[in-house]
Amino acid sequence: MPTVDSVMLDFRAAQFTKRSIKSASKLEGLRLAMSMIDLTTLEGKDSPQKVRGLCRKAVRPHEEELEPAVPSVAAVCVYPALVKVAKEELAGSSVKVASVATGFPSGQFSLDVRLADVRAAVADGADEIDMVINRGAFLAGRYEQVAREIREVKEACALSPSPFGRGIKGEGMHGQESANALTPDPSPRGRGARAHLKIILETGELETYDNIRRAADLAIEAASSVPGAAGLKDGEVFVKTSTGKVTPAATMASTLILLEAVRDHYRRTGVRIGVKPAGGIRQAKQALHYLVMVKETLGEEWLTPRLFRFGASALANDLLRQIVKQTTGHYTASYDFSEA
Amino acid sequence: MTDQRVAIKAAELSSPGIAIPGRQGAAPPAEGGWDYSPAPERAKVTIAPRYELFIKGKFVAPKSKKYFASINPANEDVLCELAEAGKEDVDAAVRAAKAAGPKWAALEPKERAKFLFRIARRIQERARELAVLETMDGGKPITESRDIDIPLAAQHFFYHAGWCDKLEYAFPGISNSGTGVSPVRSRKSRTRGTPVPPSPIGVCGQIIPWNFPLLMAAWKLAPALACGNTCVLKPAETTSLTALRLAEILQEIELPPGVVNIVTGAGATGQHIVNHPQVRKIAFTGSTEVGKLILKACATSGASGGDKKLTLELGGKSPNIIFEDASIDQAIEGIVQGIYFNQGHVCCAGSRLFVAESILDEVIEKLTHRMKSLRLGEPLDKNTDIGAINSKAQLATIHRYLEVGEREGARKIVPSENGEAAPPALPSKGYWCRPCLFTDVQPSHVIAREEIFGPVLAVMSFRTPEEAITRANNTPYGLAAGVWTDKGAKMFEIARKLKAGVIWCNTFNKFDPASPFGGYKESGFGREGGVQGLRAYLNL
Repeated sequence: MPTVDSVMLDFRAAQFTKRSIKSASKLEGLRLAMSMIDLTTLEGKDSPQKVRGLCRKAVRPHEEELEPAVPSVAAVCVYPALVKVAKEELAGSSVKVASVATGFPSGQFSLDVRLADVRAAVADGADEIDMVINRGAFLAGRYEQVAREIREVKEACALSPSPFGRGIKGEGMHGQESANALTPDPSPRGRGARAHLKIILETGELETYDNIRRAADLAIEAASSVPGAAGLKDGEVFVKTSTGKVTPAATMASTLILLEAVRDHYRRTGVRIGVKPAGGIRQAKQALHYLVMVKETLGEEWLTPRLFRFGASALANDLLRQIVKQTTGHYTASYDFSEA
Repeated sequence: MTDQRVAIKAAELSSPGIAIPGRQGAAPPAEGGWDYSPAPERAKVTIAPRYELFIKGKFVAPKSKKYFASINPANEDVLCELAEAGKEDVDAAVRAAKAAGPKWAALEPKERAKFLFRIARRIQERARELAVLETMDGGKPITESRDIDIPLAAQHFFYHAGWCDKLEYAFPGISNSGTGVSPVRSRKSRTRGTPVPPSPIGVCGQIIPWNFPLLMAAWKLAPALACGNTCVLKPAETTSLTALRLAEILQEIELPPGVVNIVTGAGATGQHIVNHPQVRKIAFTGSTEVGKLILKACATSGASGGDKKLTLELGGKSPNIIFEDASIDQAIEGIVQGIYFNQGHVCCAGSRLFVAESILDEVIEKLTHRMKSLRLGEPLDKNTDIGAINSKAQLATIHRYLEVGEREGARKIVPSENGEAAPPALPSKGYWCRPCLFTDVQPSHVIAREEIFGPVLAVMSFRTPEEAITRANNTPYGLAAGVWTDKGAKMFEIARKLKAGVIWCNTFNKFDPASPFGGYKESGFGREGGVQGLRAYLNL
């Protein structure tokens, strides 16, 4: 059981922030960071209209022409009720639809309900599921329960869409008619394909570095041991720091622990697990610090949206502002960019 | 009318003037290879073509009439000429210090404190300039001079400013009986009477090394001045520039002339200081070899009757012990910080690594991986981790040890040369050494016994804690040690059994002015920093 000592972990995490990223490497890093964003809206007041706007932003973050063009973000991340809207709006683009599920953000629901939540999102076309682990069980020391639940969620991600997959009562489970009324059943994925899974540890609630490391190892191990998961592909499973609903959310230190767990797993198995810090990363400069950390901890093969993501919303416009500055030499006002 | 407008609008929309955002986004940047662009520190510092000696508050030409060149080890450019202080020059500096002594010692402690405080503030204000200069002169990465050397130097003066008016409380006086005997003697006489405050020693000769030039100057000057002494300081001949900049600062803050005198030069200059009869105390940081010569000279130095006070901070071959229950990824950082910090030019460097046999392979693999991300090159680049070796002579010494290591049968690993791609070329000029490690090292190997003072790590394994302690202590040195374990009791037990002046647990190379630093055995004696560091500068 690997332990984490806070003194040198914090020391190392701070070292990455001292790298000086200038000129060409800065522009390249900003563009890379943009392509790694899971552009997120997770509010009670989210509407289909807001999600459509978010999707437009995701595909084409900047309205103006710029050379080189600003890349699309990696995914939009929404509640299950809005997956259909997002899926439709993003049709034909490279941007994925990620959906939080399993009773996000608390996960304080029966396992049946959490699994139904996952199946419904997958059935509606979600390419990626962001699940929350059972922190209650983890902190009580019921590690096997946490692992079992992760395995079941991983299996639920593999279900091909079918009416049975819609969850408890089928039609209208997620309420918003507009979401369901748009298209009958687009059957967005082929049989046997599986949604990628991001496992949210909620590091802010786990509190200690040892807990975070243990949870990361447990999550990676559980997701890798699902029957039939022997051929786990690179990036099919992510570990993710936070829901964004708990303070502290992602920090350099907590993300570094995840990277170290992923590195050890790679050393043992040769499988590349993805990492996603989420919450609190609002500035371009912070994003560059994270990229430095990924590069120097896991290597450059992880510097791709397939293996590293930022869960963020405000970050997109700050990256944009810096990209425009690096490209044109001028700073722009915040109102020059559309709201995400 | 309405139709027309609609038509115009449609035409506008389809014209190339207005772009309608497409539904298709741009692809992510191409994968593979994101590297850091050069990030040179651009602050310019002026370096005069020639620097004189700083005696009695003024820069004066040496009576020796000799000068020597100071070289930038990263490109072998001559930075400037420095005066070489001969015997007469040292004598002038000592006489200036002696003359300034009584007034400085009699100054109200709180006023002395203000001078130290001003030095600290001025170092902070000129920090960027000092950092750039330190890097150009010594070859260390700008991030290290910027984040460690210069801030710590300022910190030392701040810390000791606080001690000036508290010496009586730190060292409660032994009383005298009012017999008119000088306070110095009466403190020793242990008779009853009025308490006597601790008194300064007089003129202190201070000789410092080239690995942390300004920081070592601060370590020496701050406690000496706080205690009311006056000083003659000799910086190392390869790294004198920041000490001379400090002399400028002393002028700026109007330190009374003669309180600090700075004489540049090599070994001979140092010898003149050591042998000078008026110098009451010698503080030396440097090699064990030279330390032994100084010890001998002080013991026999005729004119001062063998009564010179002496503190020595010498070499080391510090063990860094990693137990199997340690947090391994963090221990790797500690190993790197321990031996590759400042190109390994650190007297307390963790140059002997002892790893529990059960985790030896994992540690070597992870350490090798980590070392590949160390960036070697231009010291003024803000992303450089490993700068230039301080001098041609030191590089030759390191190379000699590398050869001996291989000849003795140890296996050399140079991680940056270990990948699929060819390693980035070393700069064509300057003195460079890629960080490396030796495995299969026997305790009897030269590279496991002698101080290399370069980015070279000797890796050995152990099976039990007893074996680790025995091997760690099997060295003529005793400066520092590192212990890595997750168990508190083990940490304290091992620390108690290690013979070393400084022991770091789950960290390495952490310095603080409040923490005393110094060694056992051939690593020297005396402590610097903390309340303990003041003792060497007071008659107690």
